[in-house]
Amino acid sequence: MSHAIQERPVSAAPRRGSLSHARLPRWSPAAIAVGSIAGGIGTGLAAGWHSKVQWGLTAALLFVLVTFAVTTKVEGSRQAKDRVATSLVWVCFVLAVVPLLSLAWVTISKGLDVLDGYFLTHSMNGVLDAEAGGGVYHALLGTIEQVGIATLIAAPIGLLTAVYLVEYGNGSRLAKAVTFFVDVMTGIPSIVAGLFVLATWNLILGFGPSGFAGAMALAILMMPVVVRSTEEMLKLVPNELREASLALGIPKWRTILKVVLPTAIGGITTGVMLAVARITGETAPVLLLVFGTKLINPNPFEGAQSSLPLYVYEQYAVGTDAAVARAWAAALVLIAFVMILNLVARGIARWKAPKTGR
Amino acid sequence: MAKRIDVSGLSAYYGAHKAIDDISMTVEPRSVTAFIGPSGCGKSTFLRTLNRMHEVTPGGRVEGKVMLDDENLYGTNVDPVAVRRTVGMVFQRPNPFPTMSIFDNVAAGLRLNGNYKKSQLADIVERSLKGANLWNEVKDRLNKPGSGLSGGQQQRLCIARAIAVEPDVLLMDEPCSALDPISTLAIEDLIGELKERFTIVIVTHNMQQAARVSDRTAFFNLAAVGQPGKLIELDDTERIFSNPSVQATEDYISGRFG
Ligand SMILES: Nc1ncnc2c1ncn2[C@@H]1O[C@H](COP(=O)(O)OP(=O)(O)OP(=O)(O)O)[C@@H](O)[C@H]1O
Ligand SMILES: [Mg+2]
Repeated sequence: MSHAIQERPVSAAPRRGSLSHARLPRWSPAAIAVGSIAGGIGTGLAAGWHSKVQWGLTAALLFVLVTFAVTTKVEGSRQAKDRVATSLVWVCFVLAVVPLLSLAWVTISKGLDVLDGYFLTHSMNGVLDAEAGGGVYHALLGTIEQVGIATLIAAPIGLLTAVYLVEYGNGSRLAKAVTFFVDVMTGIPSIVAGLFVLATWNLILGFGPSGFAGAMALAILMMPVVVRSTEEMLKLVPNELREASLALGIPKWRTILKVVLPTAIGGITTGVMLAVARITGETAPVLLLVFGTKLINPNPFEGAQSSLPLYVYEQYAVGTDAAVARAWAAALVLIAFVMILNLVARGIARWKAPKTGR
Repeated sequence: MAKRIDVSGLSAYYGAHKAIDDISMTVEPRSVTAFIGPSGCGKSTFLRTLNRMHEVTPGGRVEGKVMLDDENLYGTNVDPVAVRRTVGMVFQRPNPFPTMSIFDNVAAGLRLNGNYKKSQLADIVERSLKGANLWNEVKDRLNKPGSGLSGGQQQRLCIARAIAVEPDVLLMDEPCSALDPISTLAIEDLIGELKERFTIVIVTHNMQQAARVSDRTAFFNLAAVGQPGKLIELDDTERIFSNPSVQATEDYISGRFG
């Protein structure tokens, strides 16, 4: 037991005029956590519950309740509230992390079965869906091209829209209308974006399926996310920096280009990356517009392509063991792809971000 | 070249709120003019009308005339960007550009305006930093970020940045309010040197500072909260601090305000 508890009887209420009071030892939250987990497992076994979810929830509930009871007894009610809030934060954190970790674990363990150099460098050309072999190269290439084109379209437009809203809009009627429509666009289901491009580009204008058509739909989905996040980042740039620049006789457009955007570049990159991550996993518009193929088609402007989420969908639909293994491997490639993009973007953002320190 | 400022009938608004009312004054070239007055009486607002920074504020609007030698800053066809190159400004809070190194901060005005020769840039930066009394402290770390300096050093960096573009007039809004006495003294000395080349206007809440650095002092006041601020009197600093012609000035200076 710690000093505090030895010096003073455990039940002593904090005395008036005294700044110190009985404290639980530092390791007590960990001890309570271990105890609650044991309690959760014990209850689960005793009651014969099959679902581990029930075990976990019991443990979480026990953790919060025991924390509250013990702290109220030892430290008093104000500290008890504090500790309960902290323990709730921990419980929520664990609840959020468990699905994430289990998702990563399942994808990695199942995906590694067939993921190798051959898988990454070959297409499904000449491979029957039901049998083993083949690869994901054509889908990876399609995803890179479609997402790349979509980003090339959506990022500049989104960025400039946000610059307009923050730097020039000033609550004008046009700015309000743009904000409204951006909000509406954020809520567009991806299938609707796909149908829109299908209706205009393919049916009215008469083009066939292509990576570019898919990229246009993806750009529609990406644009509002870029606008929103960039807008928030630009609003964070202190006005004093703009004024400092303007007061030097630097024109407004150069102020924006050389002072405002560089200051916000870290956040803007993160926002664009989130948008990229969002569209990389889109299946519906790709299914409608890019159509899917087993062959390598490096030209995004002509003919059907494939893409990773579409490939996963197709392989899973086939349903044989070999195809499902390929689906898992492709899912792993998809996650890794987004992850690598994220790391690269973070690297760029850190390299470009405002430097502090000496 | 230092220039004379001649203000007549100037009022400034924030939306519907009139912040300063009908101000007329003359600021002589190669002199230091101090603005004093209670908080909220419109000193900063007035200062910002002198280089057309007031209109940067949403809703900011100005009526009246500001003659810089013989050109009206608010005349038609006057480019505010050109005005701001002629009339530089130092803000109350140091605001170096966080993405730029010390060197780039000082060079920013020239670089971003595009009117400089590459070969001269290093010279100009060195001269400006020396002019701002900062050179010795930063000469070994010109490539380090400007935000890594102390508050006082940052403020002198901002002064160096402002004088690097060689303005004719330098406006300073409480440049020492966040500084220790030693940095304050450094900046006051600096103002003494700069007035040989520039026309300087400085806002300050520090009476001693106004008495120390300025040749002329202007006292601003406002009738009541929410009323526009007015120029009460402008006179030689000595007279303002010894024998002002308006009672309100004397009350304010001697601390019998309000
Ligand atoms: N951005 C703004 N929007 C609306 N009103 C403003 C704005 N800035 C200042 N004001 C108003 O204008 C009046 C003058 O403000 P100003 O900042 O010029 O005062 P000041 O004399 O510089 O005060 P201080 O000594 O505290 O710096 C005040 O009533 C203030 O509330
Ligand atoms: Mg002020």
